[in-house]
Amino acid sequence: MNPISKPASPEPARLLVVDDNTINRMVLSRSLEQDGHIVETAENGREGLEKFRTGSFDLMLLDIEMPVMNGFEVLEACLNDFDLRQIPIIMTSAMEEIDAVVKCVELGAEDYLTKPVNPILLRARVGASLEKKRLRDEQRKLFRTFTTREVAEELLRDGFSLGGQMVTATVLISDIRSFTTITESQAPSDSIELLNQYFSMMFDAITQNGGIVNQIVGDGVLAVFGAPIYYDDHRERAVKAGLQMLEQLKVFNQNQLAQGKTPIQIGIGITSGEMVAGYTGTQNRAIYTCIGDTVNLADRIQEYTKEALRPLLIDENTRRGLAPEYKLEDLGRIVFKGKNQAVNVFAVIGG
Amino acid sequence: MAILDLNTLNALKESAGADFVDELMDAFIKDSIQQMEKLRGALETGDADTFRRAAHTIKSNALTFGAEDLAVLARELEMLGRDKNLEAGNRLEVLKEAFELLQSELLSLK
Repeated sequence: MNPISKPASPEPARLLVVDDNTINRMVLSRSLEQDGHIVETAENGREGLEKFRTGSFDLMLLDIEMPVMNGFEVLEACLNDFDLRQIPIIMTSAMEEIDAVVKCVELGAEDYLTKPVNPILLRARVGASLEKKRLRDEQRKLFRTFTTREVAEELLRDGFSLGGQMVTATVLISDIRSFTTITESQAPSDSIELLNQYFSMMFDAITQNGGIVNQIVGDGVLAVFGAPIYYDDHRERAVKAGLQMLEQLKVFNQNQLAQGKTPIQIGIGITSGEMVAGYTGTQNRAIYTCIGDTVNLADRIQEYTKEALRPLLIDENTRRGLAPEYKLEDLGRIVFKGKNQAVNVFAVIGG
Repeated sequence: MAILDLNTLNALKESAGADFVDELMDAFIKDSIQQMEKLRGALETGDADTFRRAAHTIKSNALTFGAEDLAVLARELEMLGRDKNLEAGNRLEVLKEAFELLQSELLSLK
């Protein structure tokens, strides 16, 4: 390979050109096809939006002044759509429409070009937008492995930096009872399969309620609600997730029994309060985690489910965030190992 | 001001290819005739929006080829349409003349 070869031509992408003007469509398509892209066209806003929804495009070039549905309306519809919002839109407009263009860019259009479009500028802006999209897609894929797509989007928008900050949030810790005994009584591959099914159930319950799974240690799960994205109802969300986990476990155990396999029991501890949360690790490998007394207490309470013979226990702080319709049982004040003060513990019976 | 700015046209040929520009000229001529019909029709029915749009399209296409005279005339019509004032006088005829001049110029360059 020649180390000083000319700059690589851009990666081919699927592009949509929306313009009511035949000549503009021809010129834009020609330029983009010469750069190796695959181009489709639409003659008005509505046709453009329909194609954009179904065509899995990487980028749209959107005229502003169009019949049926103008570019402004198309842009707004795209920005209000969770999936379309991720795809860059470059506005194309006449010189006099610069006010409208500014409005579009403020709204969230990626960039703009004035017509007649200069082919060199076109290539540069399309290339830059596609590159930005590629990076965002990569990050998004990474984030989605750990969290909900809503949280992932927030992180993408606001970015993240290493280092902790004091947050008020709710922690949920769950653990499988006597998992070691279970693993000893069955083949290792069965244990892994059991864990995978179990985790996918638990993760669904957590992410559906806006939580983030921070850590998996063995068969234990640590999730946080209300950070890094703050929710006013972080306590209720965590309890809902806990109840959902228990519901799903019931179904899971029925299946286990039907297949002649061992049912599993879990314990869940939930606590709320201040904790230090943040990204820890390096810029290449970071996890979002939280530490502090609130987190330690959640673990103690989770352990206490064994003694209390109740699968879902919460602390006083979490209880304060619950609506009255939650059925609770006051288990009194408990002094946990390593803690000076007694903690009022409640069992959640139903939501 | 010129019927045709050759720098613009040559740059277009250089970037898009001469064959493609020939094709583009044909499309432009065909489209312009349609747009001028739309202008006439809109003038008769008093449809300022269609009038504005048709004028806008002619202007935009004229600029693509560097047809400055035609672009200026079309822009004036676009402004009339925008202001809902379709007192066009003989401007449509003037536009048609400018277009026909341009058309023969373009065809001679093919």
